[in-house]
Amino acid sequence: MTDCLCQISGLQKAFGDNLVLRGLSLDLPAGSVTALMGANGAGKSTLVKILSGVHSSDSGNVSLAGQNFVPSSPSDAIRKGVVTVHQAINDGVIPDLDVASNLMIDRLAEPSFGFFLKRKQLFKDAQEIADRMGIDVDVRQPVAQLGVADRQLIAIARAMSHQPSLLILDEPTSSLSAVEAERLFELIETFKERGVAVLYISHRMSDIRRIADRIVSMRDGEISGLFEDTPLDYEGAVNAMLGHHMTDVNIEIPLQGEAIAELTQMRLKPDSKPFDLTLHDNEIVAITGLLGSGKTDLAQALFGLRTPNSGSIKLDGSVYAPTSPGSAIASGVFMSTKDRATNAVVADFNITRNISIPFLQQFSSLSFLSPNSERDTAREMIDALSIVCQSETDGINTLSGGNQQKVMLARWLIDKCRLLLLDEPFQGVDIRSRHDIGEKVRQTAKGRATLVFVSELDEALEIADRIIVMHEHSIIAEFVNRDVDLNEILTAVTGTAQKQPEHEAA
Amino acid sequence: MSTDVQDSGITAQPKASAKKGQSSGLDLAIRYGFLALLVGLAIFFSIFANGFAGPRSAVFIFQSVAMTGILALGVTCTLVVGGFDLSIGSVATSAMMLAAYVMVVMEQPAAVAVVACLFMGAFIGLVNGILIVRFKVPDLLATLGMMFLLVGLQRIPTAGRSISTGMVLPDGTTANGTFDPLFLAMGRHRFDFFLEKLLPIPVVFLIVIAILIWIFLETTRHGRLMYAIGSNERAAALTGTNVKRYKVTAYMISGVLASIAGMLLAARLGRGDIASGTNLLLDAVAASLIGFAVLGAAKPNAFGTAMGALFVGILLQGLTMMNAPYYTQDFIKGAVLVIALVFTFSLSARKTAGH
Repeated sequence: MTDCLCQISGLQKAFGDNLVLRGLSLDLPAGSVTALMGANGAGKSTLVKILSGVHSSDSGNVSLAGQNFVPSSPSDAIRKGVVTVHQAINDGVIPDLDVASNLMIDRLAEPSFGFFLKRKQLFKDAQEIADRMGIDVDVRQPVAQLGVADRQLIAIARAMSHQPSLLILDEPTSSLSAVEAERLFELIETFKERGVAVLYISHRMSDIRRIADRIVSMRDGEISGLFEDTPLDYEGAVNAMLGHHMTDVNIEIPLQGEAIAELTQMRLKPDSKPFDLTLHDNEIVAITGLLGSGKTDLAQALFGLRTPNSGSIKLDGSVYAPTSPGSAIASGVFMSTKDRATNAVVADFNITRNISIPFLQQFSSLSFLSPNSERDTAREMIDALSIVCQSETDGINTLSGGNQQKVMLARWLIDKCRLLLLDEPFQGVDIRSRHDIGEKVRQTAKGRATLVFVSELDEALEIADRIIVMHEHSIIAEFVNRDVDLNEILTAVTGTAQKQPEHEAA
Repeated sequence: MSTDVQDSGITAQPKASAKKGQSSGLDLAIRYGFLALLVGLAIFFSIFANGFAGPRSAVFIFQSVAMTGILALGVTCTLVVGGFDLSIGSVATSAMMLAAYVMVVMEQPAAVAVVACLFMGAFIGLVNGILIVRFKVPDLLATLGMMFLLVGLQRIPTAGRSISTGMVLPDGTTANGTFDPLFLAMGRHRFDFFLEKLLPIPVVFLIVIAILIWIFLETTRHGRLMYAIGSNERAAALTGTNVKRYKVTAYMISGVLASIAGMLLAARLGRGDIASGTNLLLDAVAASLIGFAVLGAAKPNAFGTAMGALFVGILLQGLTMMNAPYYTQDFIKGAVLVIALVFTFSLSARKTAGH
C-alpha cells in the first residue's frame, strides 16, 4: 500500500505575530511510519494540534483519503479517523477508573450505550480489546496501579478502538524502558500492516532507527528535509532539523584558569556509562545533546535536585554533595533554570523583587529589607543587561520573553559564585536579547566556571569555549570552539559516532 | 533559530503607557473603591440606623472586629504562602475551652492558661503544616480535617458541657475554680480614648498584631519569601528558599493568632461556652478575602485584612441596629464577599493583563 492517505499542503498558523507554521506541506502514505523530527519550537506540536482538531489552521489544506479534512474539535478529528496519543500519558487515561472503563470510555460517551453500565459486557469487550493489543493486565484493575508503560499502551489501545486511518504518536517512548518500548513498536507494526498511516514524533534516534520508514525534518515551521530512500540518512535528517546557518560570532577563547569543579566517574543513571568532567575558572562550557540525553539530569545533580547514581564532585578541591538548591547556593553553585515561566518567574513580583529573591540577605539587616539597596542593584542590572523596561518597578509579566530571561539571569549575577549553571538560557528569547545575554555571560566569566545547557547547536557555538556532547546520559564527545567541524558535532549529537554497545542483560 | 523574531520588547512600551492613561479611572476605582465603600457604609448607617454613630455602638463594633481581625490576620499568613487554614475557628473555640478548663477545673492562674493556649495554637499549626508539607494532604482538606477533630476534641473533657464556675464535672465533683480577674480584664477592660471607656483591650491586641504582621510581611525578607512561595512555589524553591519551613511557619502563626482570639473570646464571655464562636471562621475568611480588594492589592495583605474585618464589623452592627433579622446578615455578608472577590479578580486581572 503506497497510496497517499493524508496530504497536507501550504499549512499556515500564527499565534499573534509569531508565525509558527509557514506553509508546510507533507504527505503521509498509508501503511508506513513517518518519523517527524524537529528542535524545540520548530512547530511540531502545532502541527499535531491542527491535525488532532485542537487548533484550526489559518490557511492551507489537509485532505484525508481524498476528502477535505477540517476537524472542528478533537472528538470530531477522532470520528474522522485521526487519532492522537499525546506526550503526557495522563491525558490519555483516567487513573481512577479501571482498565476496562478506560478502554471503553469513548463508547461509554456514545448515546447509544444506554443509561446503565453493563459491567460484565464492559469487561468482556475490554478484555477483547486488550487481548487484541497484547496488553496483559487485569481489566478490572484501576489504571493508577499500573506502570507507565501499561498506561501508555492503554492510551494507545483506546486510540485504536476507533479504527483510525491516521495515528499520531507524540514522543510515545519518552517514559518507557527499552523492553516496554519494544512492545510498543510491535504494536505499531501491526497497525502498519493494517494500512494505518503513522506519524511518529520523537527525538530518540534509536526509536527512529527501529521503526521509521521515512523521516521528515522540520525547522522554523517548514519541512526542511524528507528522507525516504533506504538506507535512511539519519545524519542528514538531524542536519536538516538543526540547520546549518550559524550566527557569526567570534569567540576568543581565554586561557583556562585553575580547575574549579571536578566530576569523577559520574553515573546519572544506573546503567549509563560513567564520565569525568573538569570545569575551569574563566571558562564557559556548553553541554548539548538531544532531548533525553541527560543534560537536565546533570544540571539537577549539580544543583542538588537529584543525587547521581555514583561518582563524586569536587568544588575547589573539597567534596561537594549538595542536598538542596539551598545548600548548592551556599557552596557557591547557582543555577538559572529552564522553562522560566514555571521554574523561575515570580509573576506577582516586579523586576526588582524578581532580581533580589535569592540573595535577600544581602539587602537586609536583621531581616528587615532595605528597599533602597534593592532598587540600586536592580537599576544596575537593568543597565548592565540592557533590560528594556520603563522602570525597575514594572511587573515582570509586562516584559517580553527575552527581557524576562535577562531578569532571571540578573538574579544570579548579583553575587559572586564559583560555578554558574545556565539551563536553556535562550529558550523563547529573541535574537537581540540572546546576544546581550551571551555577551554578559562572557564578560563576567572571570572568577567562576560557567556551564551552559543548550539543545540548539548554534547557541552553543555562540557562547562557549568548549562544547561537550551528551548522549544516553554520558559524555561522548568534546570540542574546542575553534574552527569546529559542524558535521562532527552533529554526528556526536545523534550518537552515530559510536557503535551502539548492545546491552544484554547478563 | 526558532524563536528569533518573537517580540523585541520595545514594542511593549508604548502600548503599556497608552494603557495607563486610558484606565486611570479604573485604577482609581480599584485602588480606593473599597475604602470609599467602607466610608459610605459608615455614613449610611449613621444616618439611617438609630444610635449607630455613638460610643456604645463603636465599642460593640470594635469588640467584634478585634476577634475577627486577629483570626483573619492568621488566615492572611496562610493565604500568602498559597495555603488556606479552615481550622482557625475551631482552634479559637478550643483555646476558649482550654483556658476555661485550666482556670475553672484545674484551678490554675491566668498565666498558665495563656501559656497553655498559645502552646496549643502553635502545636495545632505545626500539625497542620506537617500534614500539608510532609504528608502532602491538600491544605483545604488537612485543615478541614483538623477542624472536625478539634470540634469534637474540645467537648471530650467536659462531656459536651460548657465550662463555668460551679459546674458539675462528668465524675460528679464540682468545679470550684474561677476565671482570674486579670484574664477577664483582657477581654473586658476598656481604655479611655477621647471618650471614657471607649477602647477595649482586644482592639489594642488587634492593632498591635496587625502592625506586627504588616511589618513581618511587608518589610522583612521572610515575608518577601512567603509571598514568593505563594506566587510561584517552584521558583521560590529553586532560588534556595526552604519552602516547607516557611509553609509550616505560616500555619503556626495562624494557629497562635487563632488561640489568642479564642482567649479574648473566653475573657469576654467569662466561661467556656460550647455554643459560641460558630461564625468566627466565616467572618475571618470573609475579612481576609475582602482584604484582597483594599487598595487594589489583589493579594493577601495585613492592612487590607484589618480593613476587611472593620468592614464586616460595621456591616453587621449596622444591620443589627436597623433591626435586620439575623438570618439576613449571613446573606448580606456573603453577597459583599462575592462582590469583593469580583472586584479583586476580575478588575485587577484586567489591569495587569497588559499583554
